[in-house]
Amino acid sequence: MTSFVDAGLVLAQTPGQEAVTTGEAAAFWILGPLAVAGALGMVFVRNAVHSALWLVVTMLTLGVFYLIQNASFLGFTQIIVYTGAVMMLFLFVLMMAGKDSSDALVEALRGQRLAAAVFGVGFAALLSAALVRSLRDTRFAPPLDPTSPEGGGAGGLGELIFTDYLFPFELTAALLIVAGLAGIVLAQRDKRDEGAKRSQRELVEARFRGEYERPSGRPGPGVFATGNSVATPALLPDGSIAEDSLSDLIESTPTARRVSPPGWMRALEGGEQAEGVHGGEDGGAGPSTTDDEGSER
Amino acid sequence: MNALLAQAPEEMPRGEVLANDPLWLVLLKVVLLFGFGVLMTLFMIVWERKVVARMQHRSGPNRVGPGGWLQSLADGIKLAFAEEIIPANADKKVYFIAPVISTATAFATFSVIPFAPQVEIFGHTTYLQLIDIPVGVLVVLAASAIGVYGIVLGGWASGSPYPLLGSLRSAAQVISYEIAMGLSLVAVILYAQSLSTGDIVDAQVDGWFAFLLLPSFVIFLISIVGETNRAPFDLPEAESELVGGFHTEYSSLKFALFFLAEYVMIVSLSAFTVTLFLGGYMAPWPLSMIGDGMLNEGWWPFLWFVLKCLVIMFLFIWLRGTLPRFRYDQFMRLGWKVLIPVNLAWIVLIAGIRAIRTDAEVTTNQILIFGGAVIAVIVLLSLLIPEKPAPADDDRVPVTGGDYPVPPLDLEVPKKPKRRAVTGSGERRTTPEIGTEGRKEADDNGNV
Repeated sequence: MTSFVDAGLVLAQTPGQEAVTTGEAAAFWILGPLAVAGALGMVFVRNAVHSALWLVVTMLTLGVFYLIQNASFLGFTQIIVYTGAVMMLFLFVLMMAGKDSSDALVEALRGQRLAAAVFGVGFAALLSAALVRSLRDTRFAPPLDPTSPEGGGAGGLGELIFTDYLFPFELTAALLIVAGLAGIVLAQRDKRDEGAKRSQRELVEARFRGEYERPSGRPGPGVFATGNSVATPALLPDGSIAEDSLSDLIESTPTARRVSPPGWMRALEGGEQAEGVHGGEDGGAGPSTTDDEGSER
Repeated sequence: MNALLAQAPEEMPRGEVLANDPLWLVLLKVVLLFGFGVLMTLFMIVWERKVVARMQHRSGPNRVGPGGWLQSLADGIKLAFAEEIIPANADKKVYFIAPVISTATAFATFSVIPFAPQVEIFGHTTYLQLIDIPVGVLVVLAASAIGVYGIVLGGWASGSPYPLLGSLRSAAQVISYEIAMGLSLVAVILYAQSLSTGDIVDAQVDGWFAFLLLPSFVIFLISIVGETNRAPFDLPEAESELVGGFHTEYSSLKFALFFLAEYVMIVSLSAFTVTLFLGGYMAPWPLSMIGDGMLNEGWWPFLWFVLKCLVIMFLFIWLRGTLPRFRYDQFMRLGWKVLIPVNLAWIVLIAGIRAIRTDAEVTTNQILIFGGAVIAVIVLLSLLIPEKPAPADDDRVPVTGGDYPVPPLDLEVPKKPKRRAVTGSGERRTTPEIGTEGRKEADDNGNV
């Protein structure tokens, strides 16, 4: 990342014959440290999402750098593609992984640190060598006119891509297509697999074929009943209780069993006070809260 | 008023005129743009509620202000003074930044929209547009791409499951629909031969791109609805599934900011649609003939622009009042399997047509005749394809005319349960009802 910043510094100073304008210099000295801070923040922050956000700061700053260099097409493409799409995918994955997935402090691979150090130093050497080389024998191109369709901007870039760099461009396209196909193949689960999720239509057909207990869903609780508790059963037209509407979970809780016969039954028979409904409700609240806690973990 | 004064800067390109604006004018435009966004938001909230109410045979808000039109203002003021509750689990900094990102990017979109051609503001001739850069179209895309961060981070920073789910949906949704949106811009850019919003409006003098590039227009409309998280694509804030989606844990001013951002985004994307496809600020056809284009000069175009925006905004409201929410997989299928492939095919088609027209001496009529012949041949060939017999499947569930599975024929009819013996024959109907009424009251009292 720092190489980009250095490149920005070089470019900011270079437009050859012209001196750097005050605005350009001010923008550079404000944005340069910001870009470096973003890069450092990305490395040193513990929280993975914060780390990604610092990277977003760096990428946005780079986009603004390109804008200052009159490369507005490149600048906005940087913002749209890198911050808009690539980092959003990163964030997506990080959020799927969970909020508290900060760095593990235990080394999972043996010799990880050593390998990382060796590769890091090697990479730094490679990068600086390339940078020095590019600084020594580079002639700077004349500044582009961003408004003309031929030079600079989108038009010039498009022309180059479809003439001089057509083959690399097509190669990249092929690579991306292969990668996309590979992703699809890896992610796809065969329809005939045991665990494969059934579509709505398949499910309804299976129900009618008799693979499930009954074709329709279970009757909801309390449809014909006097209370609105989940523990209240549905009543059949003749007034008897629809067994299907009783929840195993609620019926098996101690609070529900405490009152016998259950309150709704008494309410039904004799018009007494429906204490039992309350009992059922308490019973329903108990297990469902524990269930929620369990799923949160 | 002064022909010379109006003529002189005509030579200069729009971008340079705007770059020469004095600082006070730039600041004035910024303030005006902000005011435009806020006012349109206040208007649109009430308008939406009234229109949807009308569609549902209700009266809608009609208490605050004349005809209820100040309802959103009152609501906004109330929201600003509401108690702020920040969840204990929240990531405080990100939680704070998220609504700011949403709102700032939504307003930033306005900066490249040309509201009117040359006008005079306090004796200074300028365009009614903040900046005109050669890649103005990309500014809008970039702003909407960054704007999603507000929603995604807001959901994540709340530290609670439903907002997180909402923000995950939003991330996937926006990435998918931004591709469709970007692709439908390609056709416009091809025809306007510029990425600058001002040039795109100028290129539509002879005909709006909505007619010329109808498929792009339709796809663009669909994808901006997805981009703004509006019904029927409001999955990130689906009330029936996710409580409030990404903003469940937001309250007070921060919630108001999200609310503002959503509506400003609707307004600005409507303005963007008008700019790209509906001729921008230019007067619609019969009006443009009046007085030798008189209605296309001065401040008139601003009026046409706002009216066109209102049409698109009405479309947003209409959709919300009409369509139910998509299921998530249906929504993704629409984006990836319909909008994007159709768009790609369309781009190849118009690129081909343009290439033929520039290289060879071919008239539009020839292209149309040739294209019609090709389509006719394809249709005729498709008639020759033999119909595939339906695969014999013994296990198949029979289907009714309404395409709904029929219950198995050997279904056992449940035995009629025995009725309880009821004493008293004459008052059989009435007595139990009175009884139940009484019991119900007792039950209610007992419960309360």
